[in-house]
Amino acid sequence: MSFPDRIERTVELAHPPAAVWAALTTAEGLAGWFGNEAAIDLRPGGAAWMRWTGEGFTANMRVERVEEPRVFGFTWHIYGLPDDDPRRTYVEFTLEPVAAGTRLTVVESGFAQLPDDAHRKSYDGNAEGWAKELGELAGYLDAA
Amino acid sequence: MPPDPQPAATPGNEAVAEQVFAALADPTRRAILAALASGGPATATDLAARLPITRQAIAKHLALLAQAGLVTAEPGERRRVRYRVRSAPMQVAQQFLAALARDWDSPLGALQDHLDRTAAPPLYETRGHHG
Repeated sequence: MSFPDRIERTVELAHPPAAVWAALTTAEGLAGWFGNEAAIDLRPGGAAWMRWTGEGFTANMRVERVEEPRVFGFTWHIYGLPDDDPRRTYVEFTLEPVAAGTRLTVVESGFAQLPDDAHRKSYDGNAEGWAKELGELAGYLDAA
Repeated sequence: MPPDPQPAATPGNEAVAEQVFAALADPTRRAILAALASGGPATATDLAARLPITRQAIAKHLALLAQAGLVTAEPGERRRVRYRVRSAPMQVAQQFLAALARDWDSPLGALQDHLDRTAAPPLYETRGHHG
């Protein structure tokens, strides 16, 4: 079996790159098609988030690349992993002007990255720590 | 800075994920992992009391799961070995599932609709295709 590390899609949009750029990199734009609510600090290292109100889910992103109006990249958490897991995938949008409007490519990569050994140790440590906390709580309740 | 490009799936995590999916494909091992996940660490005897599986079969499967690194053996009460699920290999498998579950087609379709609705009139009447 072979799992993908990266996912790639290309779409042709009948709108100029400036309009596509605004849809990808502004809070109003992102909230209009991706999430239901969004905020973005558009600079490398800036924070961004999108919220899906129906699902009660929020995705936190970190802006990585801003090269208006051609490249926009961010990292985000891998869905399904614990919140404190440091692994993130990198999403990069590339906008290319074409006669019909914009050719937009999205690449998301990092699905197959190795877990961080240091983190894995701390995670196992946390699991043990949790069992210990429960033991202490039981002892406290027994004593009370 | 964007992170460095990630290497393609290495034999390491690919093998780990394969162990997880192989274990989950077997109904007995799936039941054992589910019981350990929901009830916490347990001995083969504990599991035999909760599952419609013989203690011998459970012990055999636990040994296989421990060998594959999906559970760890630890000392339990009355010198019985207790098993607990290891979260690390499950998380590797989950990363692969995240790749399979990632849906970019729907958001990109929504982006197209959003632009058609809100942006200046399209340059062309025909809509682009996606996929």
